[in-house]
Amino acid sequence: MPSFVINEKCDGCKGQDKTACMYICPNDLIVLDKERMKAYNQEPNYCWECYCCVKICPQQAMDVRGYADFMPLGAASTPLRGTEDIMWTITFRDGRIKRFKYPTRTTPEGSIKALEGYPDAKAADLTTQLILGEPDIMGVKELPTRKK
Amino acid sequence: MREFATEVVETDILILGGGMAGCGAAVEAAYWAKATGMKVTLVDKAAIDRSGPVAMGLSAINTYMGMDGKVTMNPRAPERYAEYVTNDQMGLARQDLVYDVGRHVDGTVRLFEKWGLPIWKDEAGNFTKSGEWQVMISGESYKIIVAEAAKNAMGTLGDKGQIIERVYITHLLKDEKEPDRVCGAVGFSVREDKFYVFKAKVVICILGGAVHVFRPRSQGEGFGRSWMPPFLAGTTYALTLQAGGELTQMDVTFVPPRFKDSYGPVGTFFLLFKTPATNAYDEPYVDAYKSETGKWAPYSNAKPVPTPVRNYDMILCAKEGKTPFLMHTNRVVERYQKEITDPKELKKKLKEYEAEAWEDFLDMTIAGATNWAAHNIDPMEKPMELQLSDSVFIGSHASSTGAWVCGAEDLMPAEYKADFPAQYNCMTTVLGLFTAGCGVGACAHKFSSGSHVQGRIVAKSAIRFANDQKDYKPTVSDDTINKLKEIVLRPIALYDEKSTYTTMPDVNPNYISPHSFLFRLQKIMGEYAGGWETLYGTSDKMLEVGLWKLAFCGEDIEKIAAKDLHELLRAWESIHRYWVGEACVRTRLARKESRWPGYYHKYDYLKLDEGQKHFVNVKYDVDKKEWKIIERPMIPIV
Ligand SMILES: Cc1cc2nc3c(=O)[nH]c(=O)nc-3n(C[C@H](O)[C@H](O)[C@H](O)COP(=O)(O)OP(=O)(O)OC[C@H]3O[C@@H](n4cnc5c(N)ncnc54)[C@H](O)[C@@H]3O)c2cc1C
Ligand code: SF4
Ligand code: SF4
Repeated sequence: MPSFVINEKCDGCKGQDKTACMYICPNDLIVLDKERMKAYNQEPNYCWECYCCVKICPQQAMDVRGYADFMPLGAASTPLRGTEDIMWTITFRDGRIKRFKYPTRTTPEGSIKALEGYPDAKAADLTTQLILGEPDIMGVKELPTRKK
Repeated sequence: MREFATEVVETDILILGGGMAGCGAAVEAAYWAKATGMKVTLVDKAAIDRSGPVAMGLSAINTYMGMDGKVTMNPRAPERYAEYVTNDQMGLARQDLVYDVGRHVDGTVRLFEKWGLPIWKDEAGNFTKSGEWQVMISGESYKIIVAEAAKNAMGTLGDKGQIIERVYITHLLKDEKEPDRVCGAVGFSVREDKFYVFKAKVVICILGGAVHVFRPRSQGEGFGRSWMPPFLAGTTYALTLQAGGELTQMDVTFVPPRFKDSYGPVGTFFLLFKTPATNAYDEPYVDAYKSETGKWAPYSNAKPVPTPVRNYDMILCAKEGKTPFLMHTNRVVERYQKEITDPKELKKKLKEYEAEAWEDFLDMTIAGATNWAAHNIDPMEKPMELQLSDSVFIGSHASSTGAWVCGAEDLMPAEYKADFPAQYNCMTTVLGLFTAGCGVGACAHKFSSGSHVQGRIVAKSAIRFANDQKDYKPTVSDDTINKLKEIVLRPIALYDEKSTYTTMPDVNPNYISPHSFLFRLQKIMGEYAGGWETLYGTSDKMLEVGLWKLAFCGEDIEKIAAKDLHELLRAWESIHRYWVGEACVRTRLARKESRWPGYYHKYDYLKLDEGQKHFVNVKYDVDKKEWKIIERPMIPIV
């Protein structure tokens, strides 16, 4: 189900050199028409409907329409992504609506310190089988091996 | 022709790909690089915040042992994991590699939790397992979290930690003084007219698996709705082949049984909710064809039934005309209504089931949710169709395609040692070239967590290799670089030169578009090599014709034209897919049995032959333009 951009809502990310939707699409599908200052999906049939562009657009200008190959018209899954959860509104073709909210992360955005709290690596340990944090992090005394 | 600037990047450790394995590699490389003073560079064609299959999110971590016992059920040891994977893959697995993933994987999952990934827990605070190996997550932001950790770790290296996004890698570089050694890569920016050259002491090539080599079932707007994201072109396999590396099990593609058309996940429905699935006549299809599938014993007798046998049940059932298959999501409701007598508790349970069922789709296959809504199907009330989708190459999933790599020192059987130029964990048969995740063959069921941890294992191993070779400097001449630049940009040059010959540039006798080339490849693979078009069946005769037609594709690579950078990206994806397809056909031709009948079977050898219980590997000699098939033994360690 390919993504699309709503004319009225897109402001071209205010003419910055990188629009949010272009930045995020894993398949390089979105381009900005600089004359109109509007983004569009240049290759809808290569869209994986991953919603990365929909979730990131600051204007909520992007949405997705079910692939014509197999989806009857009229339904939508609409996300609203916050810093710790995501809210989904599901609209059925017959008008029924369902809402769901799910957590997305338990730490503040940008707070990860991947190497902090571990002793510095030593070149002499390159020959061991242990990687960062092991074996303590796994809650076992030593790394299992088959060599007795 | 327009001018492309050439940018040369010199580094020590070159990580190609920032998917699950790439992000794992970045964290571990940053850790060990500091101790050795090395520079690390990671390159991806996308933004690593949202790249690879995890871009959309996932609803389960499929590989976790729980060796500390803190799980809701069945803590598992790596031994049991190696046995399980071997059975699921019909007796053939590199158990040393599988075991290695199993013994490390818990640590990586603990890191995910620490970084902020919401992992489901029970009241005692233990991880909720949904099956023997899966833990449930609320994983919408899985990739963002894992990428943030990678970026943060690389950031601690200052200017010795570099992440370059939006560069598509096309080739590996070979050293001119040591011709059997890999020492870098080239590619192009998909955003500006720039050709990139990376020179490095060691290359970790983890660019994921391949989809769209076989034809997807939807052909219009839905062309991109393959189960596996259309942005995976098999570059890992294509580049390893062209560097002279050995690939294994390139015939063992994965065929995902999923919700029809949208390909929403089924694991949680089967394992957590114990949802019954039947054929159109309300009969169970799994294990329904024992007289036929029994011929695949002892593997077909294993519990759980191996994926390729369960798939074969579906194929046999489809041949009887008893489709569509149905997943009875509504019967879970009926079961709860029978089991739970307290009305309040029942209401709570049903609410929980509804939210979890929808989350399973919304976290990782949003199309699945929309497809329910578009058909006015409420899963609490009505069943939904299942179907086998198109064949994909994903060495980290329930299949085995990938490179033949060296195992850990304390695990690899001595018989494999001579296959490798040096003994470093996850090094391929080419010196200086490492891989992990979807890139490692005969090591199935790693999934997201196992790929991440294998990325970490490979990063440490690669740094050890680079550290042992401290004085090594790559030798690549300007002449080589200029030649490669010409090859990489050829599709644009061809378009510029010829496109005005016709009144519409789309149809032109002088060239073929990347899309048309891809459609030709998919048609050949689908119709001759065992795609869904033939219910996953093929034969030597069909494969021989397929190979003959593929040879024309090989020649027409030089005729692919691209009108802009985006089409240049599509051109190289198509070329990499062609290499994957050819490797697959050659391996299928070499194997004279049907070991994985629900992944592909051969009508002329429709049986399991334990005399062929060995790995079939494939290799390419670039200078001689020759393919070679090699048999490697299966040596169990558990
Ligand atoms: C549909 C689907 C559902 C899945 N569900 C689950 C699940 O529920 N639980 C689970 O644990 N696992 C699941 N998996 C498995 C998991 O996603 C993979 O095992 C994992 O992503 C593999 O990691 P990788 O690093 O090898 O490849 P990837 O994650 O695919 O990373 C490859 C990277 O390389 C980049 N790249 C590719 N080609 C190039 C190129 N030529 N130049 C530059 N960059 C390039 C891509 O942008 C990407 O960043 C699922 C996989 C799929 C496809
Ligand atoms: S992110 Fe939204 S507002 Fe910005 S260019 Fe894209 S569609 Fe327009
Ligand atoms: S839905 Fe995904 S694949 Fe489609 S345009 Fe948006 S980001 Fe790209």
